[in-house]
Amino acid sequence: MLNMREKVNILEHELVPKHEIIPPEEALKILKELRIEPWQLPWISIDDPVVKAIGAKPGDIVRIIRKSPTAGISIAYRYVVVEVTKRT
Amino acid sequence: MLTTRISKIKFGILSPDEIRKMSVTTIVSTEVYDNDGMPIDGGVMDRRMGAIEPGETCPVCGNTRENCPGHFGHLELAKPVFHVAFTKYILMYLKATCSNCGRIKIPESEREEFLKLLRDLEDLKLTHLKRRLHEYIRRKAASTTTCPHCGAPSLDIKLEKPHSFYVKTETGLRKLTPSEVRKHLEKIPDDDVRLLGGDPRDARPEWMVLTVLPVPPKQVRPSVTLETGIRSEDDLTHKLVDIIRVNNRLKEHLESGAPEAIIEEEWELLQYHITTYFDNEVSGIPVARHRSGKVLKGLAQRLKGKEGRFRGDLRGKRVDFSSRTVISPDPNLSINEVGVPEEVAKILTIPERVTPWNIDLLRRLVLNGPDKWPGANYIIRPDGRKISLKYVDRKATAESLEPGFIVERHLLDGDIVLFNRQPSLHRISVMAHVVRVLPYKTFRLNLLVCPPYNADFDGDEMNLHVPQSEEARAEARLLMLVEKHILTPRYGGPIIGGLQDYVSGAYLLTVKSTILTKDKVVKLLASTGYKGPLPEPAILKPREYWTGKQLVSLFLPKDFNYRRVSKIGSASVLRCIDEDCPHDSIVIIRNGILLEGVIDKNSIGREEPENIVHWLIKEYGEDVGRLFMDKVYKMFITMCEMHGFTMSYDHLTVSEDAKKVIYSIIENKKEEVSELLKLYRERRLVARPGKTLEETLEDEIIDTLSKKLLDEVADVLTQYFALTNPVVIMARTGARGNPVNLTQMTGLLGQQTVRGKRLTRGYMGRMLPHFKPGDLGAEARGFIAKGFVDGLGPLELFFHTAAGREGLIDTAVRTSQSGYMQRRLINALQDLKVHYDGSVRTTSEEIVQLLYGEDGVDPAKSDHGKSVNIDRIIEKYVHG
Repeated sequence: MLNMREKVNILEHELVPKHEIIPPEEALKILKELRIEPWQLPWISIDDPVVKAIGAKPGDIVRIIRKSPTAGISIAYRYVVVEVTKRT
Repeated sequence: MLTTRISKIKFGILSPDEIRKMSVTTIVSTEVYDNDGMPIDGGVMDRRMGAIEPGETCPVCGNTRENCPGHFGHLELAKPVFHVAFTKYILMYLKATCSNCGRIKIPESEREEFLKLLRDLEDLKLTHLKRRLHEYIRRKAASTTTCPHCGAPSLDIKLEKPHSFYVKTETGLRKLTPSEVRKHLEKIPDDDVRLLGGDPRDARPEWMVLTVLPVPPKQVRPSVTLETGIRSEDDLTHKLVDIIRVNNRLKEHLESGAPEAIIEEEWELLQYHITTYFDNEVSGIPVARHRSGKVLKGLAQRLKGKEGRFRGDLRGKRVDFSSRTVISPDPNLSINEVGVPEEVAKILTIPERVTPWNIDLLRRLVLNGPDKWPGANYIIRPDGRKISLKYVDRKATAESLEPGFIVERHLLDGDIVLFNRQPSLHRISVMAHVVRVLPYKTFRLNLLVCPPYNADFDGDEMNLHVPQSEEARAEARLLMLVEKHILTPRYGGPIIGGLQDYVSGAYLLTVKSTILTKDKVVKLLASTGYKGPLPEPAILKPREYWTGKQLVSLFLPKDFNYRRVSKIGSASVLRCIDEDCPHDSIVIIRNGILLEGVIDKNSIGREEPENIVHWLIKEYGEDVGRLFMDKVYKMFITMCEMHGFTMSYDHLTVSEDAKKVIYSIIENKKEEVSELLKLYRERRLVARPGKTLEETLEDEIIDTLSKKLLDEVADVLTQYFALTNPVVIMARTGARGNPVNLTQMTGLLGQQTVRGKRLTRGYMGRMLPHFKPGDLGAEARGFIAKGFVDGLGPLELFFHTAAGREGLIDTAVRTSQSGYMQRRLINALQDLKVHYDGSVRTTSEEIVQLLYGEDGVDPAKSDHGKSVNIDRIIEKYVHG
């Protein structure tokens, strides 16, 4: 039986792709390359389990590196926000 | 072009003052027209509310019907009334503020803090956080039980939908009148409104309780005069008359000091009428009806739903220069063409500017006029005047034609048009075709373009649109032409290809045993329009004979290489190992010559990636692929016609020996089933993991009787069928049917199932009264041991229909579900765009994908999703 009280490190799970916080200087470079403001990136909630696990804060940009059946490895960026609701 | 960007739209609520200010008259009378049929001043059709009759001038703006925008009137309500759409917000305000002093139930210090926070959020444009703060304040204020400002206990207010507010007291529920509520809302200070998410400038809470009702202009609710001369008013007009009638009555009662109960009753009635005027589908109150019983349309009903203003009128428009009729097949057209009836071609026009180079042609067209094809319907002079050619001296007009004029000429051969069949689920549901004007009354299209449209000819209709600008025509020709869509964007393979007769014909032509005499060769080549010399005959003595493969080779590019196992080679009995195979089932093309192999579905079929057409298009261009389809495919059906291709009952019967073998297989299986039943009855059957004994038995029986049995019988049958049998040819080449179909006709239908289970439902313990209850045997549960050739017994037929119905239900359910899914997908994805850097972005450049599809590959131009197909490159150059 699985011990329910035992903490599971979700970052080690095979279905969770690698998430990493990008240092501000690099983040600025990426935003400049894409010619966008941070809010134009896809958002991720501060309440997201992975965001909590890696300790990202609102305003951070997170890089997600995952395996892709079409491209081998694909990279995505997420902007950490307090609340993910519909934008106006 | 002038472009303006809308930066902001703000919705507010009209204040009573605004309603009065924009009104041109107050409406007081329930009478609409006087005895002469003239509108009464102060009635709902007051002349000042807009000119809508022909020749009428508006007394307010002085315009006639064409230019008068219409003007609002207003109605002073005797007592205030709730606006149904706002009851939710009224409740929120009532709950969050004190009924005594009207202030928000939050202590002063905190209130200041919140106000400051709100201003900061506004400055930072953090709208989503603002919304969250408002929600927090509302909840906090509503849960406070004593007012921190005046100390009054808060009331427990309930909303009973749609528009009754109650306050809980010790003695029970007391109803709040709109007047009381309005008084409370008026007391709320502006800053408190702001804290709760309102806007005191454009939407004061008390405006949600109506004291004045705007009466919309007549243009909004036109009356119709029937042929009989009887006027029929719009639903809104009827509703407004009702409102005025009740309002006047209520006013009288109030003036005469009628008893409270009567006043309350009239007040309720006024509330009801105003509610249904806004929305006649409010739950909890009866719908308002006409005297005839027809449901009245409220204001909300005009906007809502598929036929409403938004979806029906703003997002969906009807267009000119379009046409719709029944479709029928014409194999003589190119796949790029569409046959347009002459009658249609005389109505659809293309504006063509007169130049020195086309003036002679256009003069001729003008001379022919609107009734004789090819002609023209209108000319537009440089000064913008449009002249109909129906009523003028066409000879003189044609003479007067000069460069700079525009002639709206009939559709001619070679024009480009868009052709569409609903449901338009695909981009290939709308493609551009080249016009061929033909006699008769249907649109004609090549059979090969049926699959993308999903069209057949059992009465299908299709639409045709004529692009009117040079740009639109260029786009249509370059991007939307059928040949540009032979390869589907789904996976890059050809979606257009041979079906049925095309495949049978291709097989008949290229099979080894076919040798053709000179006149046959000439006939075949003539059908393609081939003009070159005949190839050297394959056999010279005793007579000259050609093979079909030679004819196909004529149309292949001289450096084309191709190798693929054909469909007939995939059957186990005829599998070929190498190129020296006697069954001729490996297709090899070297340097544009079909060396060996029969052409069948794998080489020319639709939705067969890596077939001949696929490589022709990828390596030589769409036009080469299209020409191949137009010419060679035509030759295939000509071959089919020449050879003659039918199937009959006799093609499905087998010898007694074969029957015996099949019967013994079936008997064996039945034996196995009774063995299983015996085991089950004696409780010796072992249950499978996670299944009950009964479920295990069912599974075992299905395993015994279904697919495996049919495959076994199919294997036996193929040995007994001749390879020249047309049914076998169709099944093996992939033209139509498969070995299982063949078995079901000749051998047996097999086990009938519903939802993957044997048939069980019907009577208690049995499906039909012809069996004993609890009979689990093969026959009692829908096993059919006969084929269509033998014919089914009554019970067997019944079982077969039960299983057949499942398929029909599935299709019906699937279409409706996928239709709705399509709508949602399109609404979600319609504005996304792939930018030059390969990223997918929304209109405000928000990133959806950093690289389209994660790899940036266009699937339409890919091979199985990969951008390079190395195998093909090796094949092309190593064998070449």
